[in-house]
Amino acid sequence: MTANWGRRAGVLGAYALALALLFGAAPLLLTDFRLRLLAQFLCLAMVAVGIGLAWGSGGMLTLGQGLFFGLGAYIMAIHLQLADAGPGGRPAFMVTGSGVPWWWELFRSPVTAVLGIVAVPGLLALLLGLGVFRRRVKGAYFAILSQASAAAFALLLISQQNSIGGSNGLSSFRSFFGFTLADPVNRRMLYFIAAGVLVGMVATVHQLRRSRYGELLTAVRDGEERVRFLGYDPALIKVAAYALAAVFAAVGGALFVPIVGIISPNSVGVVPSIGFLIGVAVGGRATLLGPVLGSLAVSYAGSTLSENFESVWIYLQGLLFVLVVAFLPAGVGSMPGVLRRWGGRRDPAPVPAGPALVDDPGPASAVPAVHTGGA
Amino acid sequence: MDAVLGQLYAGISLGSVLLLIALGLVLTFGQMGVINMAHGEFLMAGAYTAFVVQQVFDSAGLSLLIALPLSFLVGGLLGVLLEVTLISRLYSRPLDTLLVTWGVSLVLQQLARDLFGAPAVEVRAPRWLQGNVEVFGTPFTTGRLFIVALAVTSVAVLSAVLRFTALGRRIRAVVQSRGLAETSGIDSRRTDRISFFIGSGLAGMAGVALTLIASTQPYMGQTYIVDAFLVVVAGGVGQVRGAVLAAFGLGVLQAVFAYSQSVSTAKVLLLLVVIAFLQLRPQGLFSVRTRSLV
Repeated sequence: MTANWGRRAGVLGAYALALALLFGAAPLLLTDFRLRLLAQFLCLAMVAVGIGLAWGSGGMLTLGQGLFFGLGAYIMAIHLQLADAGPGGRPAFMVTGSGVPWWWELFRSPVTAVLGIVAVPGLLALLLGLGVFRRRVKGAYFAILSQASAAAFALLLISQQNSIGGSNGLSSFRSFFGFTLADPVNRRMLYFIAAGVLVGMVATVHQLRRSRYGELLTAVRDGEERVRFLGYDPALIKVAAYALAAVFAAVGGALFVPIVGIISPNSVGVVPSIGFLIGVAVGGRATLLGPVLGSLAVSYAGSTLSENFESVWIYLQGLLFVLVVAFLPAGVGSMPGVLRRWGGRRDPAPVPAGPALVDDPGPASAVPAVHTGGA
Repeated sequence: MDAVLGQLYAGISLGSVLLLIALGLVLTFGQMGVINMAHGEFLMAGAYTAFVVQQVFDSAGLSLLIALPLSFLVGGLLGVLLEVTLISRLYSRPLDTLLVTWGVSLVLQQLARDLFGAPAVEVRAPRWLQGNVEVFGTPFTTGRLFIVALAVTSVAVLSAVLRFTALGRRIRAVVQSRGLAETSGIDSRRTDRISFFIGSGLAGMAGVALTLIASTQPYMGQTYIVDAFLVVVAGGVGQVRGAVLAAFGLGVLQAVFAYSQSVSTAKVLLLLVVIAFLQLRPQGLFSVRTRSLV
């Protein structure tokens, strides 16, 4: 009993320390430039939290979060552009054409913009998810479809030169809901908003994981058919997690825009969409905080290395994918256990991999769950 | 009429490219459930093989004829290397192979960039593959015609191997039921490795063919890999005929959409078509029938 209490106190203490670092130490100690970078990483970590829920807890490998990240980001960028232009004005980059496209006008009001950031990606994910999961399309098929959706979205953005800036994207925003972005105080405020939103998302996922829904989601990941036989509809369970992950990604994208100051198709295509996953894999996909910490660590490493050694970073990224996913599927945190297992390999009975990480074989049902013979 | 035929030809040649890439994926995805994202980089390796061969042999025609089998070998060996070192450890986690092979593809792309430079390298086409031929009164570039011919030949040879040889019988047995195949004395690990060799080799050969119509650069594989996987998804796994129908279907559809809309709108429409199609047939056009639940 006492040991349990001590453990609880330790966990609570760790959370308190993390919050103190996030809200106290970081804004006090970091320069404006570094704080802005951290705020940018926090936005990417929001996407990771959603992926942790959909992929880690729900087993849905979403390779297309760039689609939702981009939707949130572009809606925010459109709103900021219109707000900068003033009532009835139009953004400077639209040189030709008679007026602002009608769908821009939808996001002129701050209220509809914020609603749109949540509702548009959420509804799209709902529709896509229902279309895919209700027909029991899953596993690799779902992954490929989600990746194709990100690819198509990026291409669509690039082709719309006149209405959303094409491959240049949208940039140079002056204010954020009435606050001048040039003012360092307002930039700090943005950091606090991002940190607060991220903490809120982690708390939401924490509650979900403890709830009955969270158990069902994990049950669907580990044995979809069994959940179906118990009378639940796995499609609805999966769609809910997928849509929530989409909303998280969209909010991350929306905050990314005023913090970084630019959004372009480069941040939403196939490559960045898969890039979101690496932090989640490194941190431990099925844990609560792993996706956040992993994503922050990978973002930091990426920005530090790619400033000076771009090719080194790409090699490292590739190696991280290979080594972590192949050998540490539960994340870097599982390294001690895995090393111990390797050390004790001479034992006649090898430790079986937990059921948690055995993915659904998917439609290619000819593949047995455990590959026998050889090696 | 000319415009219709022109779009049809564009669709057929795009379909042939997709088919050449997807054939290998059908083998590896269908048999092992493995999603090899580095497949596009085997294609790129094949294209650079053609470039290297051309540095040695001056004649473009001779080097093309040497590059085709050589690139098959290069792609195939890369594939087997990948299978033995990484993928064979991951057969129980097919989704994770996707991420692992993505990592491999990042490394291979950067490697190509460091070895050959980021800009595209020039691979000359032999004189007999430059210019146009008239088909039903509408011009068709010879290079594209060559790709169509290569795709048709590859399908024919692969189908014949799968259908008539002992190796093909073993592969089909493993695709249909791995457990039963093993109890009948088939070494499924060996069969996997051979399938991987053939599938990746086909990608390498496709790379050489692509040098005729596309630029040879480190990221060329990425351009096609997503579309090629869509072909596999729409066609159904483990079936050559599904891939053939899906590749030409999607190729022609994209050409038609691109004619009436823009290329990017065509991609979006294509994706919607595939998703709508999966509503009707979630397993793709053709699927291997099994009695298993999932």
